[in-house]
Amino acid sequence: MITATHYLVLSAVLFSIGCIGVMVRKNLITLLLSIEIMLNAVNLNFVAFSHQWGNLLGQVFAIFVMTVAAGEAAVGLGIIVAVYRMRSTVEADTVRELEG
Amino acid sequence: MHELIFYLFALLAVGGALGVVLARQPIHGALSLLLTLLAVAGLFLLRGAEFLAAVQIILYAGGILTLFLFAIMFVSFREAEKAKKWTLQWPAAWVLGALLILVLGAFVWHAAWGAAPVGMGPLNAEYGGNTQAISHALFTQYLIPFEVISLFLLVAMVGAIVMASWGVKK
Repeated sequence: MITATHYLVLSAVLFSIGCIGVMVRKNLITLLLSIEIMLNAVNLNFVAFSHQWGNLLGQVFAIFVMTVAAGEAAVGLGIIVAVYRMRSTVEADTVRELEG
Repeated sequence: MHELIFYLFALLAVGGALGVVLARQPIHGALSLLLTLLAVAGLFLLRGAEFLAAVQIILYAGGILTLFLFAIMFVSFREAEKAKKWTLQWPAAWVLGALLILVLGAFVWHAAWGAAPVGMGPLNAEYGGNTQAISHALFTQYLIPFEVISLFLLVAMVGAIVMASWGVKK
């Protein structure tokens, strides 16, 4: 019997892997990919709870999360392209104008 | 049977996610993410979210990932090969990540979700399908968030165009 707990544990694992990716990777594009994994883990949570209580709110909210993910990917990739134009690299460590 | 499919999709999702984190080239990471996205779409199907599974494949795998591949084509990665892979961040991040899994997992495992899952069956039957039920909720109860999110998409579109054309010579 697959319960909500199974989905929540899987979601926790996916979220943590995305979190690790954000912490260790230097490539800006891989950082964005890791964020997408985390957003997917969140969506999995929403859908699992939606099924648990027979309530549609979780699925509607997951649609909003996907929309925000699309906007985030578009703006993020735009920023990455701009960074690449300025510095010919997309390594996060080389972009340190705001360091002071 | 249901368990078997769940564990298969779960394994694919986790494997794809690990591929994103471990792949040295971003293009391999993007293709690993495709595996995760499709597996998550399968998991949505298992939980009776047919519309979301379709949106996941069309919007994520079809739209967002294509955008990523375009950006990867646009950018070259000569630094990717010579980048130092094993830094002090790796063990620290993996320990912290394992800790996060343990804390979240223990919390979830010990929480009681009460009765057996209700499932999407009654709601879907009431409206004649998952897609109809979602559209009914989206265009009545959640109409204002829907309008706000469309405004957000417009702003994101303008922002993406402005950022991507930053510094282009006229």
